[in-house]
Amino acid sequence: MTALLEVEGLRVAFGGRIEAVRGASLAVARGQTHCLVGESGCGKSVSALAVMNLLARRGRRTADRLAFDGADLLGLSDTAMARLRGDRMAMIFQEPMTSLNPAYTVGSQMAEVLRRHRKVTRRAALDRAAELLGRVGITAPGMRLGQFPHQLSGGLRQRVMIAMALMCDPELLIADEPTTALDVTVQAQILRLLAGLQRDLGLAILLITHDLGVVARVAHHVSVMYAGEVVESAPTASLFANPRHPYTRGLLACVPVPGKVRRDQPLGSIPGVVPRVEPGFAGCAFRDRCAHADATCAAAIPRHAAGEGHDFLCRLPPDWVQAEAAP
Amino acid sequence: MTAAAIEARSVRRTFRVRGGMLVPDRNIVAVDDVSFEVPAGGVLGVVGESGCGKSTLARLILGLLPPTAGEIVVDGQRVADMDRRARARLIQPVFQDPFASLNPRRRVRDIVGLPLAAQGGLSRREIASQVEAMLERVGLARDMADRLPTQLSGGQRQRVAIARALVLRPRIVVCDEPTSALDVSVQAQILNLLAELRRDLNLTYLFISHNLAVVEHVATEVAVMYLGRIVERAGTEALFRAPQHPYTRALLASVLTPEPGLGVPDVGLGDSLPDPANIPGGCRFHPRCPVAIDRCRHVAPSLTRLPTGIVECHLVVA
Repeated sequence: MTALLEVEGLRVAFGGRIEAVRGASLAVARGQTHCLVGESGCGKSVSALAVMNLLARRGRRTADRLAFDGADLLGLSDTAMARLRGDRMAMIFQEPMTSLNPAYTVGSQMAEVLRRHRKVTRRAALDRAAELLGRVGITAPGMRLGQFPHQLSGGLRQRVMIAMALMCDPELLIADEPTTALDVTVQAQILRLLAGLQRDLGLAILLITHDLGVVARVAHHVSVMYAGEVVESAPTASLFANPRHPYTRGLLACVPVPGKVRRDQPLGSIPGVVPRVEPGFAGCAFRDRCAHADATCAAAIPRHAAGEGHDFLCRLPPDWVQAEAAP
Repeated sequence: MTAAAIEARSVRRTFRVRGGMLVPDRNIVAVDDVSFEVPAGGVLGVVGESGCGKSTLARLILGLLPPTAGEIVVDGQRVADMDRRARARLIQPVFQDPFASLNPRRRVRDIVGLPLAAQGGLSRREIASQVEAMLERVGLARDMADRLPTQLSGGQRQRVAIARALVLRPRIVVCDEPTSALDVSVQAQILNLLAELRRDLNLTYLFISHNLAVVEHVATEVAVMYLGRIVERAGTEALFRAPQHPYTRALLASVLTPEPGLGVPDVGLGDSLPDPANIPGGCRFHPRCPVAIDRCRHVAPSLTRLPTGIVECHLVVA
């Protein structure tokens, strides 16, 4: 079965100076959660915006293939893309206060989504909105419809965003850091909600996050991005059990885990900072921060297979971790 | 017995919130009768959800806000009795957002040198040499001194903020979400630096964070705040091994460690959210508590002392 969303060789450049995404490929299967993980500036949000064709005006997108449900998205006109957006593919963002319109009630914003894509009455659209607010765990949905975004807490706003994204029964939900601004207790509730919706509605979710804890708990498949490239891609269990790319390994070592990391020991850390990559950059972008770098890292880097659905972009062979551990 | 570096005695802080034309003014109790001690060289981690009063507590300890009642004693002196310069020599803050807490129009050397200049009595050359030594101490290259904050990365800015906090050689540093705005790889660098500085300079930290995994890593003792009160306080190891308060248990359950296959836990807190302007009667946690009994709705629990710490819950018996 082909994936619902297929992205191959995606590149995004802003002006002539910055190349934010450099040949990223990923596929999101129906009913599955694909996590795109990386640190700020690695290109994960830009990739999502590029898929939705929502890049800022200076952004230029190219790709070898970009398909939704088998149909090409690259050649789609702006109007055809606008019909798809909010309907079959929906997106939610980190800070719901900035993506909800403060001047309209929750109900009128939600109804507008449905009425833009379907021929329904305002009454029917509001009924659908109330039903979905109940669905995402909001009590007294009828009352919430008449409220403005500023009257809601952060967790409630994020639930409203999710409910709004579901108005047209999308097949794909792109969620960009949906829980980053929330308290951990609320984060757990929202992630459980998304998992439940996925189970019931067969949603495909592309979840963008910097939080490896979230990734481990919700993802079926993970793509790790660094400086605009997917440096490692694997089923979740395989990625956490056998990370191969030195960057993935470094990232995992940075995370304090209660009960696992000795308190008097320093955390692992990655020296240096993420480089800014200009067009024409060759070789591995991680080489200046990598303990395993050598002269060959400045040349073209091969992508190695490391098991079922697991590959990584590095000069090191797939068995390098075991080879290094052996005496 | 060594004297406590930070001591809070029944500290309370309320804010008056102006109502509208027909809405009466309201009192928000941000910190409600909070007492604790942090021994010299210790790290008290303060955790809780947004609105629980942890940042207000930080500002009270720093002397940036006067308490409505109670007193704060730092290094044997009442914060309220100290003037600004004396306070600055003793207690310094490191805030969450190094983008907002550094003057964008000043060069790094002036930002770090300002506390020294404000104290007076040092020549320019002495200030310059102390600034250079401190920048080196926090791991910033010499050429960073002439940069502007906008020319630095997030981690470098936080290092500047730490250098500014430490240049007066304070005894106590109040860290309010010091790594929350940073990427994980940079967060690890900054946490390691803070741990190293504490050891080398014998500092005492009040460490506020919503990230429990981070607190577990750095704190010697943890205080859990809920709607202005410390509902549980214990040594870090004991608190994480055997949390007593239902709220502490829920908080710990909601930590998503990078362990695949465990799924997202049901923390069992329900949908009602805490509102500091409308604190429930009885035990303030009872509307969200999965194990609340009838008594919790009517009677506020008193403090129970356990061998490992303190807790405020009817269901915990000494």
